[in-house]
Amino acid sequence: MTDALLDVAGLSKSFHQVHAVRDVGFTIGRGETFGIVGESGSGKSTTARLVLRLVEPTRGVIRFRGQDLATLSKEALRRERRHMQMIFQDPFGSLNGRMTIEQLIAEPMEVHHIGDSVERRRRVGQLLAEVGLPEAARHRFPHEFSGGQRQRIAIARALATEPQLIVADEPVSALDVSVQAQVLNLLLDLQQRHGLALLFISHDLRVVEFMCDRIAVMYLGTVVEEGPKAEIYAEPRHPYTRALLESAPGRARKGAPLKGDIPSAANLPTGCVFQSRCPRAFDRCTHEAPQPRAVAPSHRVACHLAEE
Amino acid sequence: MLRFLGQRLLLMIPTVVVPLVLVFLLLRLAPGDPAAQILGDQASPSEIAALRSEMGLDLPLPVQFVLWAKNIVTLKLGTSFFFKQPVIDLLPQYALVTLQIALAALFLAVALGSILGVVAAINKDGVLDRGLVGVAVLGISLPEFWLALLLIFLFAVTLRWFPVSGYVPPADGLLASAATIALPALALGIRQSALITRMMRSSMLDVLGEPYIVTARAQGLPEAMVIGRYAVRTAAIPVVTVAGLSASYLLSGAVSIELIFSLPGLGKLLIDAVARRDYPVVEGAVLLIALMLAALNLIIDVVYALLDPRVRMG
Amino acid sequence: MTDQAPILEVRDLSVSLPISGRMVPVVTDLSMSISPGEAVALVGESGCGKSMTARAIIGLPPPGAVVSGSIRLEGRELTTLSPRERRRVGGRGIGFIFQEPMTSLHPTLSIGQQMTDALRYNLNLPTRVARDRARELLARVGLPKERDLLNAYVHELSGGMRQRVMIAMAISCNPKLVIADEPTTALDVTIQAQVLELLIAMRAEIGLAMLYISHDLEVVAEFCDRAIVMYAGDQVEAGTPVECLKMPHHPYTRGLVDAIPHAGEARARLSPIPGQVPSLGSWPRGCRFQPRCPRQDDRCATRPELATVVRSEVRCWHPLVGEVS
Repeated sequence: MTDALLDVAGLSKSFHQVHAVRDVGFTIGRGETFGIVGESGSGKSTTARLVLRLVEPTRGVIRFRGQDLATLSKEALRRERRHMQMIFQDPFGSLNGRMTIEQLIAEPMEVHHIGDSVERRRRVGQLLAEVGLPEAARHRFPHEFSGGQRQRIAIARALATEPQLIVADEPVSALDVSVQAQVLNLLLDLQQRHGLALLFISHDLRVVEFMCDRIAVMYLGTVVEEGPKAEIYAEPRHPYTRALLESAPGRARKGAPLKGDIPSAANLPTGCVFQSRCPRAFDRCTHEAPQPRAVAPSHRVACHLAEE
Repeated sequence: MLRFLGQRLLLMIPTVVVPLVLVFLLLRLAPGDPAAQILGDQASPSEIAALRSEMGLDLPLPVQFVLWAKNIVTLKLGTSFFFKQPVIDLLPQYALVTLQIALAALFLAVALGSILGVVAAINKDGVLDRGLVGVAVLGISLPEFWLALLLIFLFAVTLRWFPVSGYVPPADGLLASAATIALPALALGIRQSALITRMMRSSMLDVLGEPYIVTARAQGLPEAMVIGRYAVRTAAIPVVTVAGLSASYLLSGAVSIELIFSLPGLGKLLIDAVARRDYPVVEGAVLLIALMLAALNLIIDVVYALLDPRVRMG
Repeated sequence: MTDQAPILEVRDLSVSLPISGRMVPVVTDLSMSISPGEAVALVGESGCGKSMTARAIIGLPPPGAVVSGSIRLEGRELTTLSPRERRRVGGRGIGFIFQEPMTSLHPTLSIGQQMTDALRYNLNLPTRVARDRARELLARVGLPKERDLLNAYVHELSGGMRQRVMIAMAISCNPKLVIADEPTTALDVTIQAQVLELLIAMRAEIGLAMLYISHDLEVVAEFCDRAIVMYAGDQVEAGTPVECLKMPHHPYTRGLVDAIPHAGEARARLSPIPGQVPSLGSWPRGCRFQPRCPRQDDRCATRPELATVVRSEVRCWHPLVGEVS
């Protein structure tokens, strides 16, 4: 993919002795929605923060719009940030409660010296309309809004600098079901209108299936499977992906659920990270970590039995 | 648990060493010459110099420090300039008085404070709760010396239930001894018991809203068991912190209370010794107080570990 | 419904809570009955009153709550019992599984202490027997026998193990009914599947009746016999979960089903319910769903009664009939 907006390779992060993310690589094209699914400890949220260099990577390349963010100077990185924004799970915690909605949405534009104050105020109105909030919301404070509305505010704020990439970390998990749909639709509308690329992090398989073009499945800090959504959902190749999909509500259960707990990232086994719970593990899995291999064009699986 | 204790013991070292070194330096750097003090106004400069060299005061400060440190480590606390008695023999009788007052006050503070706090919490917003909270606020705002004078006036002068001042050691009759420390302990403990009441109340209110209390109730356990076994157990944890602070405060508070009730405790000994430039006694007393504070901290940590298994692991 | 006498029968249950100085209704006129061995789901979004209903049934609503109506457990009226007696009866007769096993288990009492307390008190077992029984229960919910879990504390266990412990505690006094309040919501997807499978197995093994509270119709459709959908304190629809999912009759149920993405479907956009769930204390008059309802008209200003539509009970003036979602 030559026109990739974001190209991540060999991305790793260790906190002390704990390998939170290991050798993660993926590519996001312009205007594409890429999903990362995983359970707790999978490293999906850390990956989201690493991509924006909100967390310093231990190793790896993050090529965004042609330059490596991992090696960019502080100032250059700051300037580059206007092209990438983040939306968090908790719309309550991520908005400063003492700022008005107008200040909140204008702030990123001020930081990046976009327009003058008159221009910025005009733009706030535009953004409010775009995320479906009334003009009157401008002078109010975050606590006056419901969870769904606050997430709209967070989205307007993220859009303010006209970014090319938005990283959304569990953006609807804190919301009620009926409101989730509003926010998901809004994200899709905005994406289409502005040609945004979206890195969508979620534990909810139904939401990921609905939103994403391509997905990566993470387990204990590594990507075990990555490829086009339709292919993975129809025919998962990694045993973990298969088990995960079967665990999701609304899908026909074929086998028994996975046994055991997700091991702690603090003492990973040698070999395959999934071996302790894998119904198909054999002796090779205990000493050799499977490398991601292509099983179809742009569909890669890290399993010794991927071809079967 | 053993490793936990070992760690805590290591942490005690600085809490003992730092005050001692400070006292050593302050004493040597403060004006006033103990040799001159001992020999009186009539002494000739040569006599004073002789005594100074005998006491080792003419040596350079670093050398004095090394000698001093060696003596401290080997517990050779020296002989009091004033009492002409080994410090190590002198200290226990004074320490006993202070400990008696402080422990009695602590017991009062913790027992009364915990019970009242629990009672207030389970009657939240009731008459009893409001009354107790009011009394606690009053208790916290009363200064100790004033309370002490009030108690003396009421119980010793007017009602004559307790002696006004003086001290009877436990060896000469436990009851008589208890009577002499009752008022000082009361004066010292009331404010802390008010603090603990408030802490216990708010801690209990937090805990009573916890889901695990709902679980215990949903299992059909009677309310007395839910409060006594499930709620107090966790509510006591933050109270231990406050009780620990209270205890170290009580130990130092005992010093001033001893002066008001003229009790022969460590505080009185220490203040007299400073006035007399009686270095060995000052250092011995400070060492003992520092050790008692350190021991107290250790006890608090152990209580913590007993109450909370999460601390034991960490 | 079977003709056996119900385990649990709730009639006209209403709950109000004191919110900033005034009593605010959170559940109104809820009725349901659960037969022996039956699994009934209570489904709705946050604030619909589903958890409050459960708390009212076990007699542990939040402080200051006012509860009215009748709650019968195996024919015995609970609401007229003394608090002490009520707790005893409820403690033995109803097992309860909470959403957050981490905070619902005591942090500084060992698992064994917590389990044996209930066994000793409710079943009058001596300590030693109670510990043996606790050990059996832990093995029965699939916890490893080789680990000495009786002496473990909640923080030493994983999320899935904690929820298994909660389940063991819930069934420890041989109740005929277990109430589970979103028991898998706080867990990881693969662990959710394990816990769900355990609950289903327990139900089959012991013949437990179950009241399962969830925000997810698709989850309950897998194993519940009936579903009651709640909105703003009201029961709006009751029927089989599959019927609720495939052929919802209440516009809210329909909205809920259309708002979530379903496995394997190809929709360009979801169909959200406009607006938001009204906050407590500001429920509209009449039908509470009307401001968000596409079928709203003048009639909706008066509150509809529950009425039978096809095979379900629906509280709506304009129920959907025969429109497959």
